Amino acid sequence: MEDREKLNRLRWRCTRRAMLEMDLLLGEFLDRIFPTLTPGQADAFVTLADMEDLELWPLVTGSRECSDLVQAEVLALLRDVRVK
Amino acid sequence: MSKLTIPVRKFDAVIVGAGGSGLRAAIQLSEAGLKTAVLSKVFPTRSHTVAAQGGVSASLGNSEEDHWHWHMYDTVKGSDWLGDQDAIEYMCRKAPEVVVELEHFGMPFDRTDEGKIYQRPFGGHMSNFGEKPVRRACAAADRTGHAMLHALYQRNVRANTQFFVEWMALDLIRDDSGQVLGVIALEMETGEVVAFHAKATIFATGGAGRIFYSSTNAFINTGDGLGMAARAGIPLEDMEFWQFHPTGVAGAGVLITEGVRGEGGILRNSANERFMERYAPNAKDLASRDVVSRAMVTEINEGRGCGPNKDFVLLDITHLDPATIMKRLPGIREISIQFAGIDPIKAPIPVVPTCHYQMGGVPTNYKGQVVAPDGTPVRGFYAAGEVACASVHGANRLGTNSLLDLLVFGKASGDSVIEDVQSGAIGLKELPENFADFTMARLKRLNTQTGGADVNETRLELQRTMQKHCGVFRFKDMLVDGVAKIVEIEKAVARTEIKDKSQVWNTARVEALELDNLIEVAKATMVSAEARKESRGAHVRDDAPDTAANPNGRDDVNWHKHTLWQREGNGLSYKPVIMTPLSVESIALKTRSY
Repeated sequence: MEDREKLNRLRWRCTRRAMLEMDLLLGEFLDRIFPTLTPGQADAFVTLADMEDLELWPLVTGSRECSDLVQAEVLALLRDVRVK
Repeated sequence: MSKLTIPVRKFDAVIVGAGGSGLRAAIQLSEAGLKTAVLSKVFPTRSHTVAAQGGVSASLGNSEEDHWHWHMYDTVKGSDWLGDQDAIEYMCRKAPEVVVELEHFGMPFDRTDEGKIYQRPFGGHMSNFGEKPVRRACAAADRTGHAMLHALYQRNVRANTQFFVEWMALDLIRDDSGQVLGVIALEMETGEVVAFHAKATIFATGGAGRIFYSSTNAFINTGDGLGMAARAGIPLEDMEFWQFHPTGVAGAGVLITEGVRGEGGILRNSANERFMERYAPNAKDLASRDVVSRAMVTEINEGRGCGPNKDFVLLDITHLDPATIMKRLPGIREISIQFAGIDPIKAPIPVVPTCHYQMGGVPTNYKGQVVAPDGTPVRGFYAAGEVACASVHGANRLGTNSLLDLLVFGKASGDSVIEDVQSGAIGLKELPENFADFTMARLKRLNTQTGGADVNETRLELQRTMQKHCGVFRFKDMLVDGVAKIVEIEKAVARTEIKDKSQVWNTARVEALELDNLIEVAKATMVSAEARKESRGAHVRDDAPDTAANPNGRDDVNWHKHTLWQREGNGLSYKPVIMTPLSVESIALKTRSY
């Protein structure tokens, strides 16, 4: 799959989610932060985006700990994306 | 017309949408041995049903005495007498059965100390025909929709339902007799366009809350089923009625469930006053959603809003035990921190009324069969959930009746399909020769458009127009202007242009196709709202005020009827409200007050 196709698939999966909260948060992250990630962090974000909203949400809020170090880095960046 | 060939897959039934109603319908069909395809734009457990936090209502009477007839009364009253009483009786009588059934599917409901399903109070739920609040909402913490979807999905996996994930349905297939023969759909991963030829087609595509700029709805809710139905000549019913949820987080639109007020949350204005005591002395903060929304907007309009711009009110739960908040409302605390920057244990949450739910939709009867204006079923076509208008919600939906609607009418539509297939009323009719022409022409137009309109800009224009001209309060002149504006926007939608012409994962194309659906819903809403010269339920007009002759602005003499909007010529017609229930006395018209 080409990079454009992969990015489009990721965009769909970030902005057509069950909850508006996650559409807003992941969509904003994809536009603003994703292009600045290292390849390892980008892979970690794809893994996180594949999770279900109510699985990912506690990781974003920090109410559940993430044992994967790279994913934890990405989550810290995601947590800082405050949608107003 | 030329004959365009596309691949054809044959099924007994095709269901479009894999939220609560689609999955509930699929269980009926798959367990009955029907070859069933479920199409979804996303993986099923990512459907918007997940976002339903509050609960599902059923008169189980686990905490105190309750009865389906009281539930029916509350629903009729909540609907401002626009709901059809046969469908409402059917839903409320079926509620205990479908909830217990869901429990057997593995739904992890909260429990009482005795091990029964825990039930909590909710806005508009009353005992003994409106006398006092009753505990009727069954919940799984504040994750009821999520838990329900998982229970239904697992049951479908067991029943071998066939899922087509990341497929978007584009158009209905109808023959000259009007019978529905399936849908044409687009696979996003390949760009391939395929016909799903079936004896029965069930729409379970959810609502279209994204027509408004400020909405609690996820981005997925683009009214695809409504757009497809409208393009196929099916009228849309009561589209002027949109529920604005009283408590969206100011700014983001993210929803704070009514369950917060069920657990004791209080709305306060800038003077720290519990203002709902003035508007609804009995139900107070638990009054029906439109009553609460109107009260909040009145407070803001009269200068008692909070914040530097006085443009929101506060939802206060600081008086609750933090342990109760952590146990019963953990998700709400997290949402408030992320989207309002406020921990509700320490400070109240800024909230405003936000578009939340579509009461109207594709007209159906209480069996989930889509019906023509004269009430006769459209052969081969069924609908359930938010896309459908049974009509159980009328002019205003009672909280927790949405999840109930999914279960009851998802199941009913499945049962109707089984009955119609087994009786031979519907079969696999041959596809008309030109069945794909219309859809392929739409796709070709989009692929070859030059000098056209930008999809994102056009959608934003549509959403802002709906918000400004057709929001929670409506004004005659704004509605008239709104109709003219939306007709102009339709012209832009007809010439949208996408730069990306590729086949694989072309999300620009999908978004343009979603906009084709949004515009149909926006037109239906604006035209229907402009025409209805009264206030009823969620449709509140400035020029239809509260008078002795028309309490709350409701004009039963002229407007106690359902709207039917037809795409052809933006035409309107009307049909009577069904006032005769299935087995009990009619609940006669009276003024709605809480």
